Amino acid sequence: MISFSLEKTLKSGPRPFSLQVEYTLSRGTYLGISGRSGAGKSTLLRLLAGLSKPDSGFLKHGGAAWYDSTRRIFSPPRRRAVGLVFQEPSLFPHWTVRQNLLYAHRDEARAAELLELTRMLPWADHFPHELSGGQSQRAALARALMRSPQLLLLDEPFSALDEDLRKDLGADLARIQKETGVTAVLVTHSRWEIERYCTEVLTLDDGKIVPTMLGVN
Amino acid sequence: MNFVPFGVSLNLGLWTTLILLIVSLPLIWTLTTSQGRWVPWVESLVSLPLVVSPTVLGFYLLIFLSPQGPVGQFFQNTMGWRLVFSFPGMVLASCVAGIPFMYTSLRSGLAQLSPRLWEASYTLGKGRWETFFRVVLPNLRVALISGIVNTFAHTLGEFGVVLMVGGSIPGVTKVVSIEIYERVEALDFGHAHLYAAVLVVAGYAGVFLMNGLQRRSDRRLRRAEAGL
Repeated sequence: MISFSLEKTLKSGPRPFSLQVEYTLSRGTYLGISGRSGAGKSTLLRLLAGLSKPDSGFLKHGGAAWYDSTRRIFSPPRRRAVGLVFQEPSLFPHWTVRQNLLYAHRDEARAAELLELTRMLPWADHFPHELSGGQSQRAALARALMRSPQLLLLDEPFSALDEDLRKDLGADLARIQKETGVTAVLVTHSRWEIERYCTEVLTLDDGKIVPTMLGVN
Repeated sequence: MNFVPFGVSLNLGLWTTLILLIVSLPLIWTLTTSQGRWVPWVESLVSLPLVVSPTVLGFYLLIFLSPQGPVGQFFQNTMGWRLVFSFPGMVLASCVAGIPFMYTSLRSGLAQLSPRLWEASYTLGKGRWETFFRVVLPNLRVALISGIVNTFAHTLGEFGVVLMVGGSIPGVTKVVSIEIYERVEALDFGHAHLYAAVLVVAGYAGVFLMNGLQRRSDRRLRRAEAGL
């Protein structure tokens, strides 16, 4: 179980506002986060990953605190069992897909298994510049799963892809999430994606959770 | 034609480039990934030699490196080195004058990389320095070569700072640019032309190499973007 109550003042937008989110994720949950641009969705993922530091609050995974402002605990990303797939391709350009995976964790068998799962085995020895956008995101997903994360964070991973590819990858992602049983958080603008694939939904507006008008399966 | 000044210049260029490479790599990574208020201050200090006259820079370096100055006194007491009018002192001064050339090349290279690269590496369980050496540095190849060529070429042509700190001791601190200056003063334009032409050709070769690498890097970037 992952529970958090996080607060951070965001000053980079046109007007500063405070992100205040409290939520508990049961194991295996697939949470979809929707909201307008600038509502704090991606910032929330960065706080969960440890790439940004909250102003206050806590983030617990089971009994372990990844962040606790009162006890001054802040685990950097490398000490958190999280996987993150960004909106833009983030494969390391100087390595092949397989090498990208092995950088995360030196386990050839696991890499082969994940390449199979993400249907990337035929492109395992290709470099990122030889891949299409969809293939790059599949490879990034496989890489994010290499360390068997407890929390998989997906920051609009399909936004740069065309409609058909989005649906294709969205379905693949939902299948992989179900097969691996990993707790996942998907940030997306697509209501359709959330309604189709996610088991829970959270809507943010100006950094606060607002009642959700979406139905989820 | 006396080739000794070329030897001194090459030696100075190699030492300066090597030292600046070793110093600038951790410096650029620390400044890029730190969010402290001190960062702009240090960045401005590193770029200062670009806007300050070499004579002014040389004057202050002479004060600092002289046996009465804080740095000169330290080297004299700990290593027994007299920095002013010596090759090590000239290398030190040349490093101060040349650091913006290495730094700006590396900085522009780093600015072309997406921070997602190193953020992805952090979430894959890697620390700051492992990320730098295994993920960032291999993707800075063009910037590295550009920094090396820029710094080396600038050092070969350096005049004001090396003259102020190193003087003009034949075989020790007399570099090509000082030799040209002295030839011109002696109205020996023929030899001045020869020395100057070698520097121009070396500079042109450096710029040609850098532009070629930049074109190759741009082509790769366009290919990568087309793959999206």
